[in-house]
Amino acid sequence: MTTVIKHQKPSAFYDEFFRKGPGQKTTHYCPGCGHGVAHKLVAEAIDNLGIQDRTVFCSPVGCSVFGYYYFDTGNVQCSHGRAAAAATGVCRTLDEDRIVISYQGDGDLAGIGMGAIMHAANRGENLTVFFINNAIYGMTGGQMAPTTLLGQKTTTSPRGRTAENEGYPIHMSEVISQLEAPVFVERVTLGDAKGVMKAKRVVQKALQNQVEKRGFSFVEILSPCPIGWKMNSMDARHWITEKLEKIFPVGNLRDDTKEPAPVSIPRMKLTDEELIDLFKSGEVESVKAGSLLNEQLVKVAGFGGQGVMSASALLAKCAVAENRHATWLPSYGPEMRGGTANASVVISNEAIGAPVVETPNVLIAMNAPSLDLFEESVQPKGMVIVNSSLIERKVKRDDVNVMYVPATDIAIELGSVMTATIVALAVYAAASGAVSVETMQKMIPSSIKRKNLVDINLKAVEAGLKYYKEHYQK
Amino acid sequence: MTKNHVKIENSECKGCGVCVDACPKGCLTIGKEINEQGYAYVKFDSENCTACGMCFYVCPEPGAITVYKAEKK
Ligand code: SF4
Ligand code: SF4
Ligand code: SF4
Repeated sequence: MTTVIKHQKPSAFYDEFFRKGPGQKTTHYCPGCGHGVAHKLVAEAIDNLGIQDRTVFCSPVGCSVFGYYYFDTGNVQCSHGRAAAAATGVCRTLDEDRIVISYQGDGDLAGIGMGAIMHAANRGENLTVFFINNAIYGMTGGQMAPTTLLGQKTTTSPRGRTAENEGYPIHMSEVISQLEAPVFVERVTLGDAKGVMKAKRVVQKALQNQVEKRGFSFVEILSPCPIGWKMNSMDARHWITEKLEKIFPVGNLRDDTKEPAPVSIPRMKLTDEELIDLFKSGEVESVKAGSLLNEQLVKVAGFGGQGVMSASALLAKCAVAENRHATWLPSYGPEMRGGTANASVVISNEAIGAPVVETPNVLIAMNAPSLDLFEESVQPKGMVIVNSSLIERKVKRDDVNVMYVPATDIAIELGSVMTATIVALAVYAAASGAVSVETMQKMIPSSIKRKNLVDINLKAVEAGLKYYKEHYQK
Repeated sequence: MTKNHVKIENSECKGCGVCVDACPKGCLTIGKEINEQGYAYVKFDSENCTACGMCFYVCPEPGAITVYKAEKK
């Protein structure tokens, strides 16, 4: 007689959880927490199906935020509630043989992420969602969750949840199974050993479905949170069988997998050419690049209605047309008109890390509050273009290069006040050479949404160039 | 050992006692000693283990339990 290993730590787990800290082999979960059990079932199913090398585990925000400590697979840590949406992105980016898991708690999935999960399920993504229902927000200290039972006391329902005050617990499996697209929906329990053994089979089945490319599978796992419930590990398990399972009955709610598996799920994918077409309306003639000496950190600021957004977007498009790297980051106030609006444009010969411009080397100030707000932030030797039609004061700094351009007056003369920022932009292009004025002229027809305004914008470029030549060209 | 048995990784057990409750044969008990994490860990001591794996699956810790089954050579 000898002995062989019958059950051991699945190899889909890291041997050591090195991200958690050196030499650690335990989880960060509280003693008796259901997450560890659920992780083990998922990891073993990954082993059994032989899919570790092609699995991406999308973890949520909540106690299981550190899924990537444990699973030796691809990992994405998603924004709160968005795991099913992020998982959709992963599904559609990788090739068809990928296995994508979205692992989410009740606060994450049924609270903040309700929209994301409903639409992922409704699209029938070939995706497996494990929904850990422990009827509470664990990580943040035991607040009421969408699945908290009536009468259940939490830190935010201290007298116990009431239907009148907080509404009813949400039955996610029932809700999901009402949609047309999902192929498999089942609720399981970790309340006792029998339930765990059943959950083990269901977890694997839900992943098997994805391997067979059947579509959307959803497994709700009733899971103990001894700490949030203020119980010991065993009382928490009894509470699941005695209370939680009464409200959330375990069992299968949907299984369309008896049908033969579909050959493949046709997904419409845009080709690179189609994508490029989407972002440019019409052909752009080839452009000649100007000479970009140093990275341009441009802040264009004014109020709504001055064309700040469209002009700054045009600048970024021109830079891209000249084969530069460029980013455009608009920043709006809540007001539609009258509030300040500004945009940050970065133009570089190299890939751009952050699109944020905190210390611009170019400021185009279209109104007085914008100059007041950003003047101090301009780098020494930077360029400041002041819309002198609306800004009466002079620039206080003496270490920057200033050009005063009556952009609004010029624009009104041309017949559209909205072209004021284009006038200022043409001055910037002519003075800096960061993008060429010719490129601006070529990009305007495809960049201006209202076609009847193309001509007037082209005239604005000419007017800006003329003003620059007459007043500032050396 | 040549019989069915369970090996507890003392340092990985958090003493939650879930395995103790799950074992149909009463093979497991919470011991008196404390591990470096501060938990009184589980001890295996039995002739009756069937290597059913129940303790393994209910245990929340990935590597705390390994189950060995006796096999004829
Ligand atoms: S708070 Fe609850 S869910 Fe979070 S780790 Fe602790 S027991 Fe688990
Ligand atoms: S394998 Fe089964 S019988 Fe053996 S200790 Fe674990 S639960 Fe008990
Ligand atoms: S279930 Fe695991 S962690 Fe809990 S007492 Fe048993 S071996 Fe220790």
